[in-house]
Amino acid sequence: MAIPTKSDRPRAGEIVRPGDAAPSSWGLGDGAAIPWDYAPAPESRDVVTIKERYGLFIGGREVAASDGQTFTTVNPATEEPLALVARGTPADMDRGVKAARKAFRRWGALAGRERAKYLYRIARILQERSREFAVLESMDSGKPIKESRDVDVPLAAAHFWYYAGWADKLEYAFPGRVARPLGVAAQIIPWNFPLLMLAWKIAPALAAGNTVVLKPASTTPLSALLFAEVCQQAELPAGVVNIIPGPGEVGMALVTHQDVDKVAFTGSTDIGKQIARGVAGSNKALTLELGGKAANIVFDDAPLDQAVEGIINGIYFNQGEVCCAGSRLLAQESIVEPLIDKLKDRLATIRVGDPLDKNTDVGAINSKAQLEKITELVAAGTAEGAEMYQPACDLPARGYFFRPTLFTNVAQSHRIAREEIFGPVLSVLTFRTPEEAVEKANNTAYGLSAGIWTDKGSRILHMVKRMKAGVVWANTFNRFDPTSPFGGYKESGFGREGGMHGLHAYVRLEDR
Amino acid sequence: MADDRIDVRKTYKLYIGGAFPRSESGRSYVVRAADGSPIANACRASRKDLREAVRAARKAAGGWADKTAMNRGQVLYRVAELMEGRRDQFVAEVSGAEGLKEAKARELVARSIDRWVWYAGWADKISQVLGSANPVAAPYFNFTIPEPTGVVGLVAPEQSSLLGLVSRLAPPLVTGNAVVVIASETRPLPSVTLGEVLATSDVPAGVVNILTGLKTELVPVMAGHVDVDAMDVWGVPDDLRTEVEMVAADNVKRLSRRPAGVADARFDWLDDRATERPEWIAAFLEMKTVWHPIGV
Repeated sequence: MAIPTKSDRPRAGEIVRPGDAAPSSWGLGDGAAIPWDYAPAPESRDVVTIKERYGLFIGGREVAASDGQTFTTVNPATEEPLALVARGTPADMDRGVKAARKAFRRWGALAGRERAKYLYRIARILQERSREFAVLESMDSGKPIKESRDVDVPLAAAHFWYYAGWADKLEYAFPGRVARPLGVAAQIIPWNFPLLMLAWKIAPALAAGNTVVLKPASTTPLSALLFAEVCQQAELPAGVVNIIPGPGEVGMALVTHQDVDKVAFTGSTDIGKQIARGVAGSNKALTLELGGKAANIVFDDAPLDQAVEGIINGIYFNQGEVCCAGSRLLAQESIVEPLIDKLKDRLATIRVGDPLDKNTDVGAINSKAQLEKITELVAAGTAEGAEMYQPACDLPARGYFFRPTLFTNVAQSHRIAREEIFGPVLSVLTFRTPEEAVEKANNTAYGLSAGIWTDKGSRILHMVKRMKAGVVWANTFNRFDPTSPFGGYKESGFGREGGMHGLHAYVRLEDR
Repeated sequence: MADDRIDVRKTYKLYIGGAFPRSESGRSYVVRAADGSPIANACRASRKDLREAVRAARKAAGGWADKTAMNRGQVLYRVAELMEGRRDQFVAEVSGAEGLKEAKARELVARSIDRWVWYAGWADKISQVLGSANPVAAPYFNFTIPEPTGVVGLVAPEQSSLLGLVSRLAPPLVTGNAVVVIASETRPLPSVTLGEVLATSDVPAGVVNILTGLKTELVPVMAGHVDVDAMDVWGVPDDLRTEVEMVAADNVKRLSRRPAGVADARFDWLDDRATERPEWIAAFLEMKTVWHPIGV
C-alpha cells in the first residue's frame, strides 16, 4: 500500500487504477482517485444456504404456484441466478387471502399480550439470524453488506420489537376509542429494502390483530421467503402471515380481491395511483408510501464537512435506490463552489463494487431494468444541458453497476430535477434566499422528505415549517427508527409507518 | 300595517373568495321544500366557478394555517357567536329544507352551533393529542407534528342541510385547511346562509368557499382537480363514488369516506359520540417528523 509521490494528478473522469497516481494535494475538487487500495474483505456466504427452489408461503406451508410456474431471481452483482421461485397467480392470491381470513378469526381475537409474544419471538429470531439475512439480502438485492448488516436487518428486528410492545397497549394509543383490527391486509413492498419494508408492513399489522398476505418484489423475494421460515420457527399460527411472490399484475389481483380489508403499498407513485384506482369504490382502507424527489438544502453557515457526509449518505446510500433519497442538492450560492469541490473529493473515496465486500459503499443496481432507467435519465440530464461529473472508479466487469454521478448547472425544468431517478445521481441546484430555497424545494409533486443544513436553530425551524415533506432531517439525513413516523405529503402518498401513528393504518376505531 | 308589507326576498348566491358572486354561467336551479313547493332559485355553479373557488382556497390556505392555533380557535368560536344571532333564519331554512317542525329544526340549529364550538376548541389541542416526541435509538431529537393538508374539497351530506355540513366543515377548518364546499344539492339554502355568517366573521376570505349546484356536474371536476389535496366524499352520491375515487387517485388525493355501512340518509347527526371525533380532524392532517442530532 505504498503511497506514490507522482504529482501529476489524473483528470476528472479519467479511469485511475489504484496505486497509479496520487493527488499532490487534497481539497482541489478534481476528484482524483485515492492513492491507496483496500484489500478485498468479502463477507462469508457460508452463513446462508440458498435453496434451489422456493415455494409460496400460504397457510403456514410452502406450496407450489397453482400453475406450477416459477421465475428466477438473480444476483444483480454477478448476473448469476440464485434460485427458482414459485410465481404466484391470482388463484394463489385467493388462496392466500382465504388462509389469512381463516387465521384472522383466532388471531384477531387473541389477547394482545399473546400476540405480543409472537412478535417478540420474531424479533429475537431476526436478531439471532441477522448475518444470514444480511448476506442473503445483499446477494438478492445488490445492496452493500455494510448496509444490510448495519441498517436493514437490525431495523427490521427493531420494528418487530417495537410493535410487539404495542399489541397489548392499543387502548393507550387511541384515547377514548377501542382499536379493532381491520381484518386481512394486502401488502405490496418494493425491492430497495426487501426485509425492512416487510417488517414495516407486517409488524404493525400483526400487532393490531390483522393477518396479512404480502407480495414481495419480483426481483427480491428471498429474504421474505426466509422470513416465512422465521414465522414457522416462531410457531406463528398458520395463515397469519402469507407470502406470495409474483409480478405486478398478481399484486393487482391481491389489491382488488373482494375479501381484503386493507391495502398497504410501498413503491412508485405511478403504481400507487393504479392501486388507489383499484381500491376505488370499495371500503378497503388504504395507505401509500410512494416516490420522492427530496431537496437537501445547504445554507452558507452549515458545517460543510458534515453536510458533505450528509449529502453523500443522502443520495448514494443504497445506490440511491431510496424513495426519500436527497436527490436534489440545493446549495446557497455563496458556498456552491467549495461545496462541490468537497463533494468531488469525497466522491473519489467512494468504493463501488461487490456488495458482499465489507468495504463497499455503493453496491449493484437492483436489476437490469433499473440500470437502464438510470442510464436513460442520466443521458437526458446531459442532453438537456446539465454538466455531468463521475469520479474515476473501476466497475466490475459483470453485474449491474453505475458510477456515483453528480450533475451541476441543473435547471428546475430538467428531467433529472423533476423525476425520481432511483439511482446514485445527484442534481445540484442553487438558491440565494431562504424563500427561494423553500420555493424550489417544494416545486415538485412529491413530498416525502427534505434535508436542511445550517448552524442556526431558528432557521431550521423556519424551514421545517415550510417544507412540504413528511420527514425533515435537519443537519442529518436518511435516519430511520421504528418509533419515528415515516411517510409523505402530496404525491408521495398518505398514511404513516413507524411510531404510534403507524398503528393507525391497521385499526378501526370504535367508541368505548 | 305589517300585513301590507311586501317581503324583501333573499337571492341565494355562491360564496367564493369572500365575495358572493352568481355563477359565471348565469345558471340557476329551483330549490324545493320537502313538500315539493319551490322555495328559491339557487346558483347552479359551473366547473369554472369550482376552479375559481379552488384558486381562492389555495390563496387563503397558507395564511390561515400560519395563524396561531389559539387565534384560529377564537376566530372559529366567533362564527358560533354569529350563528347564534341568526338562529331564527337558520331555523326557518332548515325546517323548510328538511320538512321539519319548528321545534326539531330549533334543536338541529342549536346543536350545529354547539358542534361548531366543540370543534373550535380543538384548534390549540389537537397537536398535543396527535403529535409526539419519539424516543429513537440514536442521539437525535425526533418529534412529529400535525399540519393541515392544504385545500380540502368537501361534498356536503345531502340530507342534513346544516348540522351535517357543520359537522364535516369544522374538522378540516380548525387545523388550518382551506375548504371548497359543494353544498347539499336538494337542501342548499342553509349552507348559503352559513356562508353569509362566515363572510361577516373573522374567517379570512377564501378559507371557506361554498358552491351550490348539481353534484353530478361538480363532484367529478373537484375529484379531478390537481390542486385539491384531500376530499371529504361523505355526500358523494353512491352512483358517482367509484368514478370519483378513481379520478381522485390522479394526484393521490386523501379521501375521507363515510364509514362502511353508514347511509347518509339514516345517519344521526344529533349523536354527539358519532359526530364529535378527533379522527375527523385527523383525516385532513399530514404528520411531519423532524430529526435533529443531539451534541455539544
